[in-house]
Amino acid sequence: MALEESVDLKLDHHNKDGIEIVDVEGEIDVYTAPRLRELLIDLVNNGNHQLVVNMEKVEFLDSTGLGVLVGGLKRVRAHDGSLDLVCTQERILKIFRITGLTKVFGIHDTVDDAISSRKAER
Amino acid sequence: MATVEVTFTPLPAHVRTARLVATAVARRSGVPETLLDEVRLAVGEACSRAVEAHAAACPREPVRVALSDSAGRFEIEVVNACSAPNLTHGAPAGEAAIVPPGFSLAVIAGLADDVQISETPAGTSVKMSWPLSDSLAAGSPA
Repeated sequence: MALEESVDLKLDHHNKDGIEIVDVEGEIDVYTAPRLRELLIDLVNNGNHQLVVNMEKVEFLDSTGLGVLVGGLKRVRAHDGSLDLVCTQERILKIFRITGLTKVFGIHDTVDDAISSRKAER
Repeated sequence: MATVEVTFTPLPAHVRTARLVATAVARRSGVPETLLDEVRLAVGEACSRAVEAHAAACPREPVRVALSDSAGRFEIEVVNACSAPNLTHGAPAGEAAIVPPGFSLAVIAGLADDVQISETPAGTSVKMSWPLSDSLAAGSPA
């Protein structure tokens, strides 16, 4: 289900094997990050506590975006849930490495890998 | 004198514009392609920080970005006209910041080859610089 589109950020989400996949396309920065934040909050409030954020089409991510992802992780963990990321782009992974957040988030190469990893932990 | 100067109303929507301009000028100045993503991210962080500071303390003052190249280096200076120590990094009003104070500056320090931060009563200057590629720095045609 496509939600909103803009020049800067496109958000979509669907359920697969009981896990909500959030597809993000475009730039996550101080201007667009609030929309991603609202979506993650809505999903958690609607009972979706196992999330995978697919960032393969993300072209830019800054510390504001990191804050949104960390906030989402805190929210799902309050419900014993999980938030994993899909990302293979080195330019996006760089900010996770610089900030040490590679140790906080599960980061996978594909959505299927993220789903499999989460199921294996159940 | 800076090669290019950009001033913008301190709104989040304009941070992307500053990133695009800075990256274009960096590329034209001869910053290696492998470093352009770092330039883009670092200037975005500095501008986001400045926008948040202005929103809190001086919303009518513009954020200033100066881009220049000299002595084999490309330098970006982001100046915000006021100080706002308790930045929330985009967290909504009333919510505590998810990321700690100084987070943006730490990210910038991890991206730029050289960073100088000046805090004054009038505001904050964040200077970041990267080396230019050898051929362009030596004056060879692009």
